Amino acid sequence: MTSAHDTDTDHAFQVQGLTKTYGEGHSAVHALRGADLEIGDGEIVVLLGASGSGKSTLLNILGGLDRASSGSVCFRDQILTDMDDRALTNYRRRHVGFVFQFYNLMPSLTARENVELVTEIAENPITAERALELVGLTKRIDHFPAQLSGGEQQRVAIARAVAKQPDVLFCDEPTGALDSTTGRAVLRVIQDVNEALGTTVLLITHAAATAAMADRVIHFADGQIQKVELNENRVSAEEIHW
Amino acid sequence: MTPLHAKLMRDLWRIKAQAAAIMVVIAIGVGLQIMMTGFVSSLTLTRDAYYERHQLADIFAPVVRAPNYVESRLADIPGIRTVETRLNSMASAKVDTREFSISMQVLSLPLHGRRHLNEVRLTQGRMPDAQRPDEILLLESFATAHGIAPGSQLEVTLHGVRRWYNVVGTAQSPEFIYFAAPGEFIPDDARFGVIWMGRPALAAALDLEGAFNEALVSLLRGANKDAVLDQIDQVLDPFGAPGAYGLEDFQSDRFLSEEISGLEVTSSTVPPVFMMVAAFLLYIVTSRMITAEREEIGLVRAFGYSKREVASHYLELALFIAVTGAALGCLLGVLLGRAMVPVYTTYYKLPFLLFRLEFASFASGLLLSIAVATLGGIWALRGIFRLTPAQAMRPPTPPDFSHSFSFKKGLFARLDQPTRMVLRRLMRQPWRMLGAVIGIASGMALSLAMLIIYDGFDVAIDRTFNVVDRSDATVSFVRNVPMRTIYNLQGMEGISHAEPVRFVPVVFRNGLRTYKGSITGLSQAPILHRALDKDLQPIALPERGIVLSTPLADVLDVEVGDTLMLEIREGRQQTVMTQVAGIAESLLGAPAYMDLAALGRQVGEPNRFSAAYIAMRDGAQSKVYADLKDMPAVAGISLRSEAEDAFKKVMDEGAGSARFIMGVMAFAITFGIVYNVARVAQDESARDLASLRVLGFRHSEAAFVLLGELAVVVLLALPLGLWMGTGLSHLIAQGFSTDLYQIPVIFAPKAYGSSISVVVCAAVVSGWLVQRRIRSTDITLALKTRE
Repeated sequence: MTSAHDTDTDHAFQVQGLTKTYGEGHSAVHALRGADLEIGDGEIVVLLGASGSGKSTLLNILGGLDRASSGSVCFRDQILTDMDDRALTNYRRRHVGFVFQFYNLMPSLTARENVELVTEIAENPITAERALELVGLTKRIDHFPAQLSGGEQQRVAIARAVAKQPDVLFCDEPTGALDSTTGRAVLRVIQDVNEALGTTVLLITHAAATAAMADRVIHFADGQIQKVELNENRVSAEEIHW
Repeated sequence: MTPLHAKLMRDLWRIKAQAAAIMVVIAIGVGLQIMMTGFVSSLTLTRDAYYERHQLADIFAPVVRAPNYVESRLADIPGIRTVETRLNSMASAKVDTREFSISMQVLSLPLHGRRHLNEVRLTQGRMPDAQRPDEILLLESFATAHGIAPGSQLEVTLHGVRRWYNVVGTAQSPEFIYFAAPGEFIPDDARFGVIWMGRPALAAALDLEGAFNEALVSLLRGANKDAVLDQIDQVLDPFGAPGAYGLEDFQSDRFLSEEISGLEVTSSTVPPVFMMVAAFLLYIVTSRMITAEREEIGLVRAFGYSKREVASHYLELALFIAVTGAALGCLLGVLLGRAMVPVYTTYYKLPFLLFRLEFASFASGLLLSIAVATLGGIWALRGIFRLTPAQAMRPPTPPDFSHSFSFKKGLFARLDQPTRMVLRRLMRQPWRMLGAVIGIASGMALSLAMLIIYDGFDVAIDRTFNVVDRSDATVSFVRNVPMRTIYNLQGMEGISHAEPVRFVPVVFRNGLRTYKGSITGLSQAPILHRALDKDLQPIALPERGIVLSTPLADVLDVEVGDTLMLEIREGRQQTVMTQVAGIAESLLGAPAYMDLAALGRQVGEPNRFSAAYIAMRDGAQSKVYADLKDMPAVAGISLRSEAEDAFKKVMDEGAGSARFIMGVMAFAITFGIVYNVARVAQDESARDLASLRVLGFRHSEAAFVLLGELAVVVLLALPLGLWMGTGLSHLIAQGFSTDLYQIPVIFAPKAYGSSISVVVCAAVVSGWLVQRRIRSTDITLALKTRE
């Protein structure tokens, strides 16, 4: 397995000329106007940019949730942009974990069961208990989402995302609904997962300070990648302030 | 248009399929109510006007032969307004289209000049001339069935004399709105007719000059009918009267009245089921909308809209659906009503029948649907009023499942997470689940009950025509015949077996309970026509005592071993006491059986028979007909197959469309419920479903979470629906069974199968529609919206 800090190795993603247009004619919205990008295995990549700059669109396409209008995306040796719905479902099932701003937990399942929802269909999962231990929620394992705080719910969401030992973890504003202390704890968990499991992490955030924990920072504006920064001095989540 | 109204219209457009499903349920409920109450009033008004205009008698008093002067003695009875006498006889007519003669009733026409009871309504031609003994009037339906028009001739055998009569006109009569061949009760226009002719001619033919054999009586308002009946019987007893009876015991009126009261009962029980289902659906749709729009509600309340304004916005939505459904129902009711008019006029010979839209029924349907909408809406709105605007604007916490089942033990621990989701969601909203289950089960029960009843009719036909009566035909005689005549029949080539039977008119009395009927005297160990017990085993008729059919025993409230009083209305007219020796199963009529010899002794006229059941050899029918024609004692012959065919025709026509309608009703209710529950569940769990898809669950796996809930609801509804339907069929059978006919409730696997298929089919269709929506949902959008 490659080191989390070794950015100059195999590519997790190779993106070429990626565009995405919603609607047609006058009402067409160009969410992505031609993105070229390479993301290495085991990297933490932070996507920064204003609302509507195209970062979520890129994340959705890389995560197999949406389709590109043109261009290509390779995940290792698979071409995502050629996949049909069934193949994309399998891709998400085998390789990808997601964490969202609003947690998206099943209210009818306990923390453990929310994680087991994924481990039941994954090929090589860790146990739900272990995943929840990773996020420090061992004591609240049989609680329902309604009984958990926002930060705890987000940690369950992360446990659920990493329990299958995904190759890539996509996080869309994971701290958006949390206060800064809780947010830092959540980022710590993501960093831990990256270090412990070597998972590639793509993280969208509005908080520019978060970029300090990334290996690479991609700035978006108006549907295009404005610049890509390499971060030689990664800091730990605890050191981030916003 | 205010912004709230614009929102209302857009909301309606968004939930159009759900709204349409609810409208259909309401439309069917209101439509059925309008159709049925419309017929109750159309039939009642038409009947009453017809009776009134044609002066239908209140009492019919048959007699063997009474001199004309007795009429004035009857007229002296207090309470009687008018008495009129007439001649009433049976005859047979020969038409080209049929091999054997047809039973006819012959009635004398009064002389012109004053208003008469039971006046005929001339439909074609003219009235017969009283001075012309060869002129007759023919019942319109019979004439039409055989293509006989005024100007034709008809060969009639009357009192043993065959001659040709000139048909000068056709007529209808309030006496013959519903009629069937003697001994049957399914109308067959071709096999029973009525002839009216001048009284002098009929009196001459029947040897009844200066006499009458039937008195018609109309009563003064407020007269005591029972007292009058008793006094008429006293006056007529010496002249061989089988007993006077009121209009309510008269076949035609009885059938029409029972049809009307049946419609009344159905119209007050079936439509409410639909309305209750509609209320439930409006409730779940409105409450879902309110939950989803909680923040908007908080916002407009913060702007200063009052609770009432907000509430009326959602109420308007429910009302719009309900009132549109009611308007459609009104249209449906009128269309159904108009379509049913020809069905009614086929069996009920009314001079006219206009389907009336009962304004009261429309108004009550409308009010009921408004009530339903208000009830459903207000129930759902309770939640809004509990919240302050600030609370409402805050995003709701995730639904709390902490009190639900933990699934930690036993088999439950093995359940996978999607199944747990299904079960927890169901258990979290038990009332909604219960409502859906009961709703589907009620729709299913309605249709199942009707299907069971129709299958029961089929069994009744089969039992009556193939088990109880196994003869090919019944030969009736002009007057009671000796055994020699039966032997003659038996000896005929083509007849394999002949069995004598004796019918004796009787009044059964047990305390205050009385029943005017007849006793059927059967020979020992009969082959063709038998009295059967409830296991369909033949009952050996005892030498003493009487065997009553179930409905007769019920009417008289007697059991085996009880003593019964019989007023025999034939021969010596004795009153005797006898013991109930057994109870026989019967589905048609309310017969009573006695040993043939014992009955002969009771009447004081042993070894005399009124008819014979015969079995014919294959292909010998024509030969038998030809031979019987030459027997002067034979009054007529009725073929069992014709009676069975008439029955089957009615069942096939009526039951076929009724089965279809029942199927549509069950489908509509199930579809309405399953589709709405599914759509609401889909809205509620849109984010869960999207999350599942994001986590790598396939469409089918995600759909399971949603549709699994519905599958459980439908699976629970199926056994409940079967149970409720079976129970309902017993209630219907009890309510509709009379001494005229009994509806058996049988185990009907076909009916169970059909109703299950309809419900499952409706569930599958709605499930398919909903899962199609899941497929087209954009999963990324669903994830970004906050519940």
